[in-house]
Amino acid sequence: MGDTMSSDTPHPVTRRQFASCTAAAAAGFLLTACGPRRLREVPKARLRSMLDDLEREYSKTYGKAVTVSDTPAADGVVFAYALDISRCIGCRRCVYACVDENNQSRDPQVHWIRVLSMDKERGIDFAHADAYYDAKEVPQDGHFYVPVACQQCRNPPCTKVCPVGATWAEKDGIVVIDYDWCIGCRCCMAACPYGARHFNWSDAGIPNEQVNPAMHYLGNRPRPRGVVEKCTFCIQRVRKGRYPACVEACPVGARKFGNLLDPESEIRYIIEHKRVLVLKEELNTMPKFFYFYGT
Amino acid sequence: MRGNAGYWAWVSLLLALIASGLLAYADQVTRGLGVTAMRDQVSWGFYIGNFTFLVGVAAAAVVLVIPAYVYGWRPIREIVIYGELLAVSAIVMCGLFVFVDVGRPDRVWHLAPLLGHLNFPSSLLAWDVLVLNLYFVVNFVVVTHILYRAYTGRHYSTRFVVPLVLLSIPMAVGIHTVTAFLYNGLAARPYWNSSILAPQFLASAFCSGPAILLIVLQLLRRFTSFELKNEAIWKIAELMAYAMFLNLFLHGAEAFKEYYSDTEHLLFTRYWYEGLGEHRTLVPYAWAALVLNAVAFVLFIVPATRRNWVTLNVGCVATYAGVYIEKGMGLIIPGLTPDTLGEIYVYYPTLAELRVAAGVFAVGFLVFTLMLKVAVPISLGEFQEAEVSGEGRHRAVAPAHG
Ligand code: SF4
Ligand code: SF4
Repeated sequence: MGDTMSSDTPHPVTRRQFASCTAAAAAGFLLTACGPRRLREVPKARLRSMLDDLEREYSKTYGKAVTVSDTPAADGVVFAYALDISRCIGCRRCVYACVDENNQSRDPQVHWIRVLSMDKERGIDFAHADAYYDAKEVPQDGHFYVPVACQQCRNPPCTKVCPVGATWAEKDGIVVIDYDWCIGCRCCMAACPYGARHFNWSDAGIPNEQVNPAMHYLGNRPRPRGVVEKCTFCIQRVRKGRYPACVEACPVGARKFGNLLDPESEIRYIIEHKRVLVLKEELNTMPKFFYFYGT
Repeated sequence: MRGNAGYWAWVSLLLALIASGLLAYADQVTRGLGVTAMRDQVSWGFYIGNFTFLVGVAAAAVVLVIPAYVYGWRPIREIVIYGELLAVSAIVMCGLFVFVDVGRPDRVWHLAPLLGHLNFPSSLLAWDVLVLNLYFVVNFVVVTHILYRAYTGRHYSTRFVVPLVLLSIPMAVGIHTVTAFLYNGLAARPYWNSSILAPQFLASAFCSGPAILLIVLQLLRRFTSFELKNEAIWKIAELMAYAMFLNLFLHGAEAFKEYYSDTEHLLFTRYWYEGLGEHRTLVPYAWAALVLNAVAFVLFIVPATRRNWVTLNVGCVATYAGVYIEKGMGLIIPGLTPDTLGEIYVYYPTLAELRVAAGVFAVGFLVFTLMLKVAVPISLGEFQEAEVSGEGRHRAVAPAHG
């Protein structure tokens, strides 16, 4: 057996080897320094040119003019949401408005909003909630409805656990994901108490004619396979002063949206004058998504 | 690497499994993780279950190292090296299981400190990456050093090895604690969010790791000239009995808390032990694990059955199977089911997952086999660079090998 073992004399490093190692290391360093980084670290000017490239690429793929905006968070704004449980009728129009607005995959289906049907007798009780109620007519007797999407936590467990810092809360409170940096480990999905994060198990199926061309780089641009996505309060709309798509779609006006820091806002009025609750408050996630009883 | 027919059959089997795993993995890469049965509701499955179990195996080398180095208990001392080889192969498998689980394997370099961005100290997965790699390096260095020295006919340097081995003891506890904390820290998942999770992890690891090693050591003793005193084997079995007692006790403590307080969090424990409504998929596994663990405990605590080779090996297999069920799928699946919004999604690994996982295990076994192939003759002193005085050898006797 002894003959198979190689000799153990140390190999002196030749000058050529040393030079090529150094060159390789330098090349590696340059590649990383200029290569893809987390988008939040990319300087403004370079980010814009990267987004221009994306616009060209998406326009070509989907056969229509696509814009990818990089509108940053405005000062003095923290977005918050309020939903009137006593009004929601469980029609799920918000779910599909969200799918259309945010370029969610149609096949397989990805829904950022899940509308839960709950028993009036039990109150808010997830263990007995039904996300797949199939009623001819809504609302059903004895039931009320709790739509759940990302709660935009002020103390978000999902950003804490991410091993690569691919998800964070923006200055205006919107929790975002860098689709180009996420490694798809799904720690954030395990950490989110609201089932708000969704993984791209397969390629997103979005018919070209249904693609929404008004995109934001941290929001509704098409997600690659293998990364996580979630509700961003329609970052592409709200940073331009519009309402989220679900607010506009709700036929009964159960959904309210606004700036938490503005004392004149509807959202502040609701918080100060209505019976307000947040989901799973014992977990100290401090959602910026408030449920209230309007009547 | 020469070897007999049995050896080659074994290696060919492993290579075949690796090839099948690679094919399945290639398919997973082209089609996405959708080829697995994992979905948003159960976002971790078979891969991460195996990862968790194997971190325990890697950590368990410590149960052998402690008595060997702290108390200088001779018979066990000789087998520490095998424990470390096992740790090295287990960590290789851990790394691979995480790798096959991520959605973007092309981006795992994002985890590399400096190159990427490691979210340290806030992310426990970042901690896990660091400690697992460090633990790997420490064990690898120790093993290589001991074997290299044995090969050159010298005794390993005590000044070099002992501090590293002593360091690897808290590190072994560390890797498993960090892995436990990875789940433990998630308040969204009450099944994991219990402060005895880390002790439970350690207790079960101190059963499963030695269980594998006991079988490997017996095989080595049978097929090579490796000598090992019976007492060493019995001692390890005895230690395993205590660890198993602790494991069962901690499970009991957790079950008591859940059932007696009967809060909404009981849901997950009930899903595991009783099933919820018509969803009873996990129940047979839960009870199988419990029974296997209890049987192993009895077999190892009773001196007569501990010293009987048949019952000893039955105990080893029972321990291995029991802990594998309970620490793998038994931890992950009830942790994630029902999901945070109360939905029950029944997860069963797909053929693709099974093939990839079998491939990863095969890589680990192959690494272990090849390392043994090198380590056994060297540490037996059959295989040395030059003749040196008997006293300087790793082992004094170097019996001829057929
Ligand atoms: S709801 Fe979930 S995804 Fe949204 S911020 Fe909170 S933890 Fe993160
Ligand atoms: S899946 Fe992506 S965003 Fe979520 S924790 Fe992992 S790397 Fe971070």
